[in-house]
Amino acid sequence: MSSSTKTAPTSVAGTEYEAVIGLEVHAQLLTRSKMFCGCSAEYFAAPPNTHVCPVCLGLPGVLPTINRAAVEAATMTGLALGCAIAPVNKFDRKNYFYPDLPKGYQISQYDLPLALGGEITFTLAGVEHRAGITRVHMEEDTGKNMHASDPATGEGYSLVDLNRAGVPLMEIVGEPDLRSPQEAGAYLTAMRQILRYIGVSTGNMEEGAFRCDANVSLRPVGSAAFGAKVEIKNMNSFRAVERALAYEVERQRAILDAGGTIAQETRGWNEDQGRTLAQRTKEEANDYRYFPEPDLPPLTMDPAWVGAIGARMAELPATRRARFASQYGLREDDARTLTESRAVADYFEAALGDSATTERARLTANWILATLFARVSAETIGTSPLTPGRLRGLLDLLEGGKINRTVAQQVFDELFDSPDEDAAAIVARKGLGLVGDDGAIRGAVGQAIAANAQAVADFLGGKTAARGRLVGATMKALGGRADAALVNRILDEELAKGRRG
Amino acid sequence: MTLTNEQVEHVALLARLGLSDEERERMREQLSSILDHIDQLRAADTSNVAPTAQVIPLAPALRDDVVAPSLTVEQVLANAPRTEGGFIKVRAILD
Repeated sequence: MSSSTKTAPTSVAGTEYEAVIGLEVHAQLLTRSKMFCGCSAEYFAAPPNTHVCPVCLGLPGVLPTINRAAVEAATMTGLALGCAIAPVNKFDRKNYFYPDLPKGYQISQYDLPLALGGEITFTLAGVEHRAGITRVHMEEDTGKNMHASDPATGEGYSLVDLNRAGVPLMEIVGEPDLRSPQEAGAYLTAMRQILRYIGVSTGNMEEGAFRCDANVSLRPVGSAAFGAKVEIKNMNSFRAVERALAYEVERQRAILDAGGTIAQETRGWNEDQGRTLAQRTKEEANDYRYFPEPDLPPLTMDPAWVGAIGARMAELPATRRARFASQYGLREDDARTLTESRAVADYFEAALGDSATTERARLTANWILATLFARVSAETIGTSPLTPGRLRGLLDLLEGGKINRTVAQQVFDELFDSPDEDAAAIVARKGLGLVGDDGAIRGAVGQAIAANAQAVADFLGGKTAARGRLVGATMKALGGRADAALVNRILDEELAKGRRG
Repeated sequence: MTLTNEQVEHVALLARLGLSDEERERMREQLSSILDHIDQLRAADTSNVAPTAQVIPLAPALRDDVVAPSLTVEQVLANAPRTEGGFIKVRAILD
């Protein structure tokens, strides 16, 4: 039964509406074993029904035991989102029948969840937004269903794999603070980034480790009341979330503009058709007949335990971004790009080591963003043959004036191809050290001037661009290894002689 | 409090129970009297009593995150009426 107090605003075309969106994220917690039993939680790609025991199969007489690591991961998530951790929280049974739910109920948390009242910040088009987090609670995942049909009769049937049943899951419920599909996308991106930073979930949406449902309603701009809300399910990618929400907002707007009312219902996103479709109505909340899980006493959260979990939580992306800008003097957008993934941020700081001058930090950032990213991505940087230490060795030589930029690029490529050699060894082996010898450079400059009479004449005639040909010839004669500043100075001196003579 | 036939049917549906007319009437009477009893309990003043989820004063024993052996596929499927390729085969689920 839908609540009679939540009637949709009926209106004529021309009324300005705003979208009101709240997201519910389900994220699998990165544990080795399941939420309430010792079966492996690594169900992905495992043969069907090989990670199943009497507990997750729901056989009579078994008892669930809570996985401490799952509680810690969910607690850390609550802390990362600024939630209060409930000193006492409890598990409840959510009762419904479905083939992927062997017990006939899901152990979840209903009225006393683990974490309450937080906030997330995200950036959209350069503007910082904040959205409230209602709660974070723990539960267990269901099994997986596959659909097939009999080739002879064409009759459809389903196949159930219970490897996923009982995998630790947390639900993160957001306040209806989002006002556009784009804000929803940015919220999700920020949420996943946090979960990955603190290492509690893979955040992989395609594999189902990170899922999102949305509640969407429209209301006239300026109105504080909420319109009838529609729940959108079955969005399997970030792109699908934004597309589904954009479709749903327009669908509701068209109905309201035509003077209709919005039915409070659940709709599924159909990716192929690019629209949301009304779903068969499942149970209402009170049909789930939640009651306290009799097999699990309430969970008390010792403040010392919660404190320890917070103490070992990784630095959050927003904090790290701000620190990169203030501590290292990085430009805002460089700090943002470097901290998008924790692996990249870790790489940057490892490559920087103790050499944390602003100049060196910017040099390191540039080499990672411009040169290293041509070879690796945020996903592969951790296993790059060019380790942070070897990049540091290269930048030591460059910053110390032992090699020039051209050679540094050459050594960089070598570092990738000979993973056992460091930059100094490559420079020594190939004789790439900088020519800083005044006499050698003066000799090469003299030769360049002698061999390029036309360029000299052009330059002395006022065509300053001709000077570049002389620099190039000098560099070429020195194998590209000369100190560029020295070449320029000596060339100017020699040309000045020519001008006087 | 007296339940309606529709309420009894609804609860029976949620529990996937098929009731005969006679059973439904018996359930209606019994459930109504249980709810009357609950109403009696609700009349008690509990404003100074902390909500109680469980009466045994125990904290749950948490388990270390260690993988333990699972059953064999044959054991898992032993009670399944129909199987196929290691899966439990069921009637088509209409999503």
